[in-house]
Amino acid sequence: MISLSNYLVIGALLFSISIAGMFLNRKNILILLMCIELMLLAVNMNFIAFSYYLGDLAGQVFVFFILTVAAAETAIGLAILVLVFRNRRTINVQDLDSLKG
Amino acid sequence: MELIYLCIPLAPLLGAIAAGLFGKQLGRTNSHRITILGVSIALILSILVAFDTIGEGHTYNGAVYTWAVIKDFRFEIGFLIDNLSAMMMLVVSFVSLMVHIYTIGYLHDDSGYQRFFSYISLFTFSMLMLVMSNNFMQLFFGWEAVGLVSYLLIGFWFKKETAIFANMKAFIVNRIGDFGFLLGIGGILAFCGSLDYAEVFAKINELTGQTISILPGISWQASSFIALLLFIGAMGKSAQIPLHVWLPDSMEGPTPISALIHAATMVTAGIFMVARMSPIFELSDTALNFIMVIGATTAFLMGLLGIVQNDIKRVVAYSTLSQLGYMTAALGASAYSASVFHLMTHAFFKALLFLAAGSVIIAMHHEQDIRKMGGLKKYLPITYWACLVGSLALIGFPGFAGFFSKDLIIEAIQQSQLGAARYAYPLVLLGVFVTAFYSFRMFFLVFHGKERFIASSDKHGGQHTLPHESPWTITLPLILLVIPSIFAGYLLDPMVVGDFFHEAIYVNDAAHSFDPNLNSSLSQHLAVQTISEEFHGAFNFILHGISQWPFILAMMGLSLAAYIYLYNDSLAKWGYKKLHWLYNLLDHKYYADDFNQTVFAKGSIYLGKGLSVFGERILIDGFMVNGTAKAVAWSASVMRHLQTGYLYDYAFVMFGGLVLALSWFLFF
Repeated sequence: MISLSNYLVIGALLFSISIAGMFLNRKNILILLMCIELMLLAVNMNFIAFSYYLGDLAGQVFVFFILTVAAAETAIGLAILVLVFRNRRTINVQDLDSLKG
Repeated sequence: MELIYLCIPLAPLLGAIAAGLFGKQLGRTNSHRITILGVSIALILSILVAFDTIGEGHTYNGAVYTWAVIKDFRFEIGFLIDNLSAMMMLVVSFVSLMVHIYTIGYLHDDSGYQRFFSYISLFTFSMLMLVMSNNFMQLFFGWEAVGLVSYLLIGFWFKKETAIFANMKAFIVNRIGDFGFLLGIGGILAFCGSLDYAEVFAKINELTGQTISILPGISWQASSFIALLLFIGAMGKSAQIPLHVWLPDSMEGPTPISALIHAATMVTAGIFMVARMSPIFELSDTALNFIMVIGATTAFLMGLLGIVQNDIKRVVAYSTLSQLGYMTAALGASAYSASVFHLMTHAFFKALLFLAAGSVIIAMHHEQDIRKMGGLKKYLPITYWACLVGSLALIGFPGFAGFFSKDLIIEAIQQSQLGAARYAYPLVLLGVFVTAFYSFRMFFLVFHGKERFIASSDKHGGQHTLPHESPWTITLPLILLVIPSIFAGYLLDPMVVGDFFHEAIYVNDAAHSFDPNLNSSLSQHLAVQTISEEFHGAFNFILHGISQWPFILAMMGLSLAAYIYLYNDSLAKWGYKKLHWLYNLLDHKYYADDFNQTVFAKGSIYLGKGLSVFGERILIDGFMVNGTAKAVAWSASVMRHLQTGYLYDYAFVMFGGLVLALSWFLFF
């Protein structure tokens, strides 16, 4: 029997991996987008686990919403990425520092 | 009657506005016509009011306009017409009219003709507002307005460096006095809760026993404090030591205003004010002692200065200072009626002397040095006799106006019970001798002796014409002023003896008389009372006066002046050699000007420079303004390093913040 805490641990692990990916990644901006995606998936994992545990379908409905929004957001993110590449000829994170004070 | 009261100050004001704003359109003749018309209306109505007030005994005290109401304080424009103000109105409008007429002749060729008439009419308006006021605010308004016009008129010839210096000096010195005056009015408002004379005087006894503490630990009697502050105002306006320095310099202005403003009316505003405030001053022996010391010192020391002056106007100016000192000393002795009486006689004979001096100056083509005159008697007969009458009135020759008033003052000081009287009495007595000496020194040097002007004042390319008598516009006011200079003294009977000011002036008899049972008349000084009891007509007063010290001293001064300047010139040179140090001291006016220049003028320049360097440039500009900008720039230059521009750094800060916030919720 897989208990609730196992699911939560998975969710926490996924979330931590995505954060670590964000901090450690100095190269590709695509990886940043993927990390954000992974972060949302970790949240979804928690939602489904709790939904099943509490017998409340609202959590699973929420997951659908989040997936939809995530898809849209990724689409926009990729579009921005394409534009950045067009303008700067790079998608290297370390080169994108025009906000530097 | 209210309408008449209103018309008296407003008629000259309208004249001033017309001549001042539309002088060019009106032209010279119409300008002087309209201002003289305004002042004549004021004079005629003043005479009417005087008949009504003095003759019928109708007094008036009421507001005509409410300017502002702040909670319980009402600021009003109102008139208080009693014997004191009726008399002042007469003096002011009469002398002013004389000066208006005189100016037609005196400034005949001056380019600022309309401007001058506008100023003196404005002055008449201000002075009338001052004397007719029934509250402190209007008094202060008039006080400042006459000061302003005085400033404008001293600097009338504004292209003259010395005139600009003199008017600035007069303005600044007067501000020092006004500073005290304003504080005194503030004190009255604080303690009595009103600015109306009648209300203040009704509550004035509550002041006794109250104290005021300005510096912590030191407390003063409220009554003395207020009285002294008010008197500082009077010292500035009436040019008492040490605020006397502006009056001699004010002679830079045209002679008519020296007569009107700096001799007859404005400078006596301080005397008038103290007399009007007599209930306040009566509460404080300290203030009265102080007033008497200042007055007597001024009377004597300024008289001495008159001896060494060679400018004809300055001699008269120092004599004005000295006479103001007499009036002030009399105020200190609580002889308010004597002081105001002298104010009136002095206004007439001093205006006469100034106008006569102006007539001489015109005849000499603006030469003012008396060493370059002499023997003018046969060229200027009318001026000669006018000046003689003025001088005799000034030295207190029996029968002339000054005799009655000055005798009264000296006797009042002699009888005063205050400690300062012992110091003041010898000074005012010696002052009589000094007065007689310098007056007749000037008189003999100008009108008698050798004619020293032919060679010296020959400025017009050798085409020198002999001096000749001035036109009628100048001599007419002289003649008209001769009359009161002789006869005003005979008003002693109704004015001083007859308890003329019993409603306007209050004297605390219990404090200032030998005998506490002697409370018959509340407004009479003891000396005045003694004189009233012994008074058997003016003629007897003269007979009595001839055997007294003041008369003897005056005659000694006159004879000495006559001996030195008519017969034995070498005595003056001998005295000059022997008393060189004294001459130096007097010639430098006791070094008062030098002292003010080095200590106060330079001191304030250095203070200003110091404040400008330290306060402005270092503290405000450097530290506060630029300092703020620099602090922002510095902190920004440090903070900008936080902005790396890398996405992962921002993400880290966001996450760190989230962790902190969550742990806050979890653990606290």
